[in-house]
Amino acid sequence: MRNRILMNGNDAIGEGAIRAGCHAYFGYPITPQNELTAYMAQRMPECGRVFIQAESEVAAINMVYGAVVTGKRAMTSSSSPGISLKQEGLSYLAAAELPAVIVNVQRGGPGLGNIAPSQADYFQATKGGGHGDYRLIVLAPNSVQEMHDFTINAFALADRYRNPVMILTDGRLGQMMEPLALYKGPSPKSPPKPWSLTGARNRKPNHIRSLLLDVDALEERNLILQSKYKAILAELVGFDEYLTRDAQVLTIAYGSSARIAKGAVNQARARGIKAGLLRPITLWPFPRTRIRQLAEKVKGILVVEMSAGQMLEDVQLAVGDRCPVAFEGRMGGAVPEESDILATLRHINKSTRKGTRS
Amino acid sequence: MSATRIRPKKKGRILYRRPLSLVDRATHFCPGCGHGTTHKLIAEVLDTLKIREKTIGVAPVGCAVMAYYYLNCDISEAAHGRTPAVATGIKRCLPDRIVFSYQGDGDLAAIGMAETIHAANRGENITVIFVNNSVYGMTGGQMAPTTLNGQKTATSPCGRDSRSMGTPIRICELLNTLDSPWHIERVALNSPAGIRKARKALLVAFKGQMEGKGYSLIEILSPCPVHMRLSPRDAVRFITEGMIPAFPLGVFRKEGKPVA
Repeated sequence: MRNRILMNGNDAIGEGAIRAGCHAYFGYPITPQNELTAYMAQRMPECGRVFIQAESEVAAINMVYGAVVTGKRAMTSSSSPGISLKQEGLSYLAAAELPAVIVNVQRGGPGLGNIAPSQADYFQATKGGGHGDYRLIVLAPNSVQEMHDFTINAFALADRYRNPVMILTDGRLGQMMEPLALYKGPSPKSPPKPWSLTGARNRKPNHIRSLLLDVDALEERNLILQSKYKAILAELVGFDEYLTRDAQVLTIAYGSSARIAKGAVNQARARGIKAGLLRPITLWPFPRTRIRQLAEKVKGILVVEMSAGQMLEDVQLAVGDRCPVAFEGRMGGAVPEESDILATLRHINKSTRKGTRS
Repeated sequence: MSATRIRPKKKGRILYRRPLSLVDRATHFCPGCGHGTTHKLIAEVLDTLKIREKTIGVAPVGCAVMAYYYLNCDISEAAHGRTPAVATGIKRCLPDRIVFSYQGDGDLAAIGMAETIHAANRGENITVIFVNNSVYGMTGGQMAPTTLNGQKTATSPCGRDSRSMGTPIRICELLNTLDSPWHIERVALNSPAGIRKARKALLVAFKGQMEGKGYSLIEILSPCPVHMRLSPRDAVRFITEGMIPAFPLGVFRKEGKPVA
């Protein structure tokens, strides 16, 4: 048994970044992720690394851009309104194929919203968010331990694919404390970065750019990006399954919603309903194939989110007309109730038989 | 001031040659534009200080975005106005390299004003080269924050009206109110003497950075004949007669102290 310490999710991300070899962190205060910025303000200088409280989220993401063009690992974090401000920077990072880690500790929206947990930035995170055809790799932790571990993995993936990686979490996971086993291994190995800007000593100058005025050149660039995304789709899909082997009713939820959904699945099992849970760990790439497989054998699927139904659309795309898809969601910082999820699971179990449509 | 001053006194003796830091390539700039001259001055300074191989430039969105075609050193693009933030990220990660941002008036004084002021206020050890030609070039001659009162542009067709469009922003004076900058100077490409002064100012700024002195900004008043609808000669005259009265030349900050 590893030694465990009590830590909140925001701090766990910060310590994960440090152990992953993050050389520079740039942030701007916004609730509910402030613990992370304060943690980095303390720890980064202690480790002889770079911390700047930027003048805005816009400046912070562009400082990340500057840091990663040198080949160093860098991260920024924010919460929903601040992440909206970073979208231009994310598009530029993706276009120039720069590895960076971005944390979104989501809060209620739209607009200024509130500081309660939410999952309403799913579209923004997984569909692009900024301008142009690009994708972020999106990881969705659901515990303080995963906040820590996924952060370390995020740096490895960013370097491996030369792509920005977003950790999409929420205010609950950011704020809550849980026992955490700190990562004790070496930081992920950094691949050679011959493209980085370090001064053109004994080599031709390197350029980091995304301006390609020639139509053919820009389309070629896009095709290269798309082939990379195709490889990521083939290699990186991550999900967790709970009691799915004999499941007749399948719940799909990610992040903190998945914890509530798991409770409802347990309650359903106690009542003799064969319920199961699939929890996407990578939101992009989305576990489409596995969901399609499971849709072939279950009576129905229930998607649980803290939004009006955003991941729901990806589930519907994967499922097609293989089985009915129901939705249980709350908005504005409200949390789905276990009892409501259970009631819907019971309803699906009762009213739907395989081969019929409700 | 051009490369035509090659006049060997003795056979084989070279008095002037293209700086190593400048790529041998025709620029895309309009005839009479000041960017080409500014690029050459930077290249000469990088050569003089022998820092080409440790210099990283950040190019703006605007006419100078393609600086990497002409300057023979590592260069990154930046999103519009974020140039000092990108330069900050680079310099903090590689403090022993020489980092400069190259920005126009829209990039630096409009969309990027927050980044400009805060990089200066943190005293980032970078060199900011601010090319002020009082107009947006790449997008087609729109009003800039530094457009003169009454000046006609694509978006101030009746002339800039200070009552609704504000007045020209004087960046050197603005930044000089901060405590942190080390060197702030305004020069003009309106004469051979002005160009020599500009080179000297850049030399001071880059040398200061090498010595870890801190933030420097060199504002260069520069001609934009095409978008001013002026001949190259008249565009230079516009600097002398129009711009300099609004943007007085000189050293505003020296060795970290305001110049009285």
